[in-house]
Amino acid sequence: MTHALDPTAPGRGTPAVGLDAYADVTRSDAALRAFLHGLPGVDQVGAEARAAQLGTRSIKTTAKAWAIDAAISMVDLTTLEGADTPGRVRSLAAKARRPDPTDASCPQVAAVCVYGDLAGVARDALVGTGIHTAAVATAFPSGRASRAVKIADVRDAVGNGADEIDMVIDRGAFLAGRYLDVFEEIVAVKEACGSAHLKVILETGELRTYDAVRRASWLAMLAGGDVIKTSTGKVSPAATLPVCLVMLEAVRDFRAATGVQIGVKPAGGIRTTKDAVKHLVMINEVAGPDWLDPDFFRFGASSLLDDLLLQRQKLRTGHYSGPDHVSVV
Amino acid sequence: MSERIEVRKTYKLYVGGKFPRSESGRTYEVTDSRGRFVANAAWASRKDARDAVVAARGAFAGWSGATAYNRGQVLYRVAEVMEGRAAQFAAEVAAGEGLSETKARAAVDAAIDRWVWYAGWTDKLAAVLGGTNPVAGPYFDFSVPEPTGVVAVLAPQRSSLLGLVSVLAPVLATGCTAVLVSSKERPLPAITLSEVLATSDVPGGVANLLTGDAAEIGPWLAEHADVDGIDLCGAGTTAMELERSAAGTLKRVLRTTAEEPDWTADPGLSRMTPFLETKTVWHPIGV
Amino acid sequence: MSVFEYAPAPESRSIVTLRPHYGLFVDGEFTDGGGEPLKTVNPATEEVLGEVAVGTDADVDRAVRAARKAFTRVWGPMRPADRGKYLFRIARLLQERAREFAVLETLDNGKPITESRDVDVPLAAAHFFYHAGWADKLDHVGLGAAPRPHGVAGQVIPWNFPLLMLAWKVAPALAAGNTVVLKPAETTPLTALLFAEVCQQADLPPGVVNIVTGAGDTGRAVVEHADVDKVAFTGSTEVGKQIARAVAGTQKVLTLELGGKAANIVFDDAPVDEAVEGIVRGIFFNQGHVCCAGSRLLVQESVHDEVVAALKRRIGTLRVGDPLDKNTDVGAINSPEQLARIRELVGIGEAEGAQLWQPEGQLPDRGTWFKPTVFTDVTPAHRIARDEVFGPVLSVLTFRTPDEAVAKANNTTYGLSAGIWSEKGSRILSVANQLRAGVVWANTFNQFDPTSPFGGYKQSGYGREGGRLGLRAYLKES
Repeated sequence: MTHALDPTAPGRGTPAVGLDAYADVTRSDAALRAFLHGLPGVDQVGAEARAAQLGTRSIKTTAKAWAIDAAISMVDLTTLEGADTPGRVRSLAAKARRPDPTDASCPQVAAVCVYGDLAGVARDALVGTGIHTAAVATAFPSGRASRAVKIADVRDAVGNGADEIDMVIDRGAFLAGRYLDVFEEIVAVKEACGSAHLKVILETGELRTYDAVRRASWLAMLAGGDVIKTSTGKVSPAATLPVCLVMLEAVRDFRAATGVQIGVKPAGGIRTTKDAVKHLVMINEVAGPDWLDPDFFRFGASSLLDDLLLQRQKLRTGHYSGPDHVSVV
Repeated sequence: MSERIEVRKTYKLYVGGKFPRSESGRTYEVTDSRGRFVANAAWASRKDARDAVVAARGAFAGWSGATAYNRGQVLYRVAEVMEGRAAQFAAEVAAGEGLSETKARAAVDAAIDRWVWYAGWTDKLAAVLGGTNPVAGPYFDFSVPEPTGVVAVLAPQRSSLLGLVSVLAPVLATGCTAVLVSSKERPLPAITLSEVLATSDVPGGVANLLTGDAAEIGPWLAEHADVDGIDLCGAGTTAMELERSAAGTLKRVLRTTAEEPDWTADPGLSRMTPFLETKTVWHPIGV
Repeated sequence: MSVFEYAPAPESRSIVTLRPHYGLFVDGEFTDGGGEPLKTVNPATEEVLGEVAVGTDADVDRAVRAARKAFTRVWGPMRPADRGKYLFRIARLLQERAREFAVLETLDNGKPITESRDVDVPLAAAHFFYHAGWADKLDHVGLGAAPRPHGVAGQVIPWNFPLLMLAWKVAPALAAGNTVVLKPAETTPLTALLFAEVCQQADLPPGVVNIVTGAGDTGRAVVEHADVDKVAFTGSTEVGKQIARAVAGTQKVLTLELGGKAANIVFDDAPVDEAVEGIVRGIFFNQGHVCCAGSRLLVQESVHDEVVAALKRRIGTLRVGDPLDKNTDVGAINSPEQLARIRELVGIGEAEGAQLWQPEGQLPDRGTWFKPTVFTDVTPAHRIARDEVFGPVLSVLTFRTPDEAVAKANNTTYGLSAGIWSEKGSRILSVANQLRAGVVWANTFNQFDPTSPFGGYKQSGYGREGGRLGLRAYLKES
């Protein structure tokens, strides 16, 4: 008797109408502003209380084992340092393929995420694995460059073999209220991506309010982003549970309104299994089980994977493990 | 020349800002302390009480919604107008209570001063009885006193003016509206006070004054579902039964005492707090 | 991917030692009661947890005598700062034994362990901590210098928050210098008796706190005892009226915290996701066994469908079941009697034509349960919009304008609490101003704090608990 009620309930969605229904919304700056400011507000205290409440779920034994494997399979294993080299990227790719060399049952991660110039190295190291190659682009992390440079950055990354592009929005334009500029830039980047998946980084740590996070989420979804992503990892605070809550609400409502399912990627600051499990609980109870899928949820992380592996070993062996029992990159 | 024939006053009820006779058509003889006929007063019935409650309820939103500053000025105005009729009040008090002219005048002065005192309370109650509450969470939380609603007041039987003002003024100061039953044997100051209220800025229905027998009308008021509070001051031996009746609708009850209080003493907040609710409001603090 | 099923996560009950028999706590000792003992039952399993003594008139008299003696000889004359220290001790002991109290409360009451652990017990400790600090500062409560306690306080509390209501009653009474005879609810006496142990551990002088268990007759004996000076009651409006009648003509001072039928008003500019959380917290917190529950949802017509759809989706994620499971959101109904009352009113709601909705799923076979329930198409004329259900049953009504919202919200004989959801500050303040309710939660619901006065307008009772005002109820001017 864990619980008696089915988590699925009516009211999950209205008939899909597609993005076209929102064409009018993005016709002008005024229309877009009116739409974004017409979204329901987010009460900070209430949202944070809800996130904290979900964080008290107790995920044990079989549920924990499932959650750890699910989380591993959702990791975008990331290195975004000026000191990155082909060697380090290959090392990361190797870990992505076999996170736990001692245990063949351990799932592989979802993607390896690098700067665009190293996308080719990653792609070559991941051939045949099904693991995606993600590259950050658009003058990551600040996004302060001309649109031409940003588009060139995207084309370069895609040309190097990235099949997922993590772009940053123009936060300056967003905070100044030039929503249509932000929208059009995402549209342009999406076009430059071709068949590559587009993740739109909102850099929520710079947006500061949950109202802005909700608006930016809708803006990115309307512009054709496939995934909305919290952060670059270069700004504090990065991903937080309440920010992720607001974004999960946005993708849930967007699907209900349009029939289009958008993914979510919190990035930065998620370091422990406990944090990851809290996110999975939140997905489960806020957006719904359809998002418990690497196609629709990712963790942008580096050290998280190690903790997931340690916890996985603990569950498997029954005793606590240590850092020497997971591979360094 | 023959002596001028005086024009005598008809003493009526004061309900909803008007001076009706009792719907029952009844009057009763009022005598002075030595038993001499003074006037025929209207003898209020339960239906008059019912009408008065309707008037008081109708006036509640406006009176309780007025600013505290405004209520204070209105109550102060009552004192101003009373001052001008001090001699008339003194004569009525002297006759009714059998006091010397000096003592009667002292009672009138004290009654006027009591209005002034309560007038000054209207915009201090919230600061003294309310405030912010430092809750352990991200919430702004504050408490404010608010008037409970319509209050039935059974005025003291002995102190016909100072006692009367001392039970009516606090009810009005809180923002409640009142249905008051005067001293049965000494009703004249209540009627004259009605005239003062009517010519001050007190909105009609805020104070409704009935002359008659509290023992007769009291039970109807104690049981009336649209009365929120009751001051049993002048209830005498019926007080316990009225308190029981009031329990049926959980009225706020101000109990009476065996002896009438010393009306010259500082009343503190004791006659206001029973008719004040406290509302606590919470709101998150966030961006 | 497969579905994320939460494995059972039961809180261990090994921390609690149940006894086959529980006595009354009088004059510092556990003693037998003169009445036929009651059995207290775990409503989630129907397991008998123990036999509990029933206090007779004679037992109550013994308790009041003990309280009087303690008041006169020990607690009254004690230095205020020392009284405060005892209360601080109690607060700390409650914190130290928090898990034990939480598990016992959940066993006896049926509420989810997350609530007893995160709300009831910490708030109970907070109440003692808050009032402990008042004990030597009574000159500042607003009753002039050296206000005096009433003497012996007779207190009767309900079964919905057994320990927390005890704290709301006992902490201010003791801080003000009164002694106490407390009667817990007949279906939930165990945490009060564990609290008695805490009093012993704190070396609280005998007779300062006396706990007399039993049912209505025992409570009546406490309230009507001639040597009780102050009566405090939390419970139904019906019993509240009986008590008000009983103390009429006496010198007893009375405070009553009674029923409610709170309106939770959602405007079209509400923060919808948080409003939905607030609606859920408002009516399903503690299975709706909350006097201030937001049992009437008033939604602006323009957002009715959206809000109701979101609400149903959210209710679908509520986990109903084993109260000891750390993932349970809605626990068991406290007693078969209460379940019958809920069923009766829900039946009336259906018969009156309101639309009933409940989420999918099976309830446990044993124990007393009721699914979270939403009635739509409810009008102010429906019984389910007027009567207090005291269960997980929400009635949804609509309004068009702020005036209509206020009129409908106030259209009740109760006046305990209300909720407002809007992003417009001036509207919130205007509506809050007009609502005839003792607690108004704007953009939140069911928040409690020892510093914050709580209590009702109209037939929800009188007097406040919490804050300076709550303390004043236990004092008089000297």
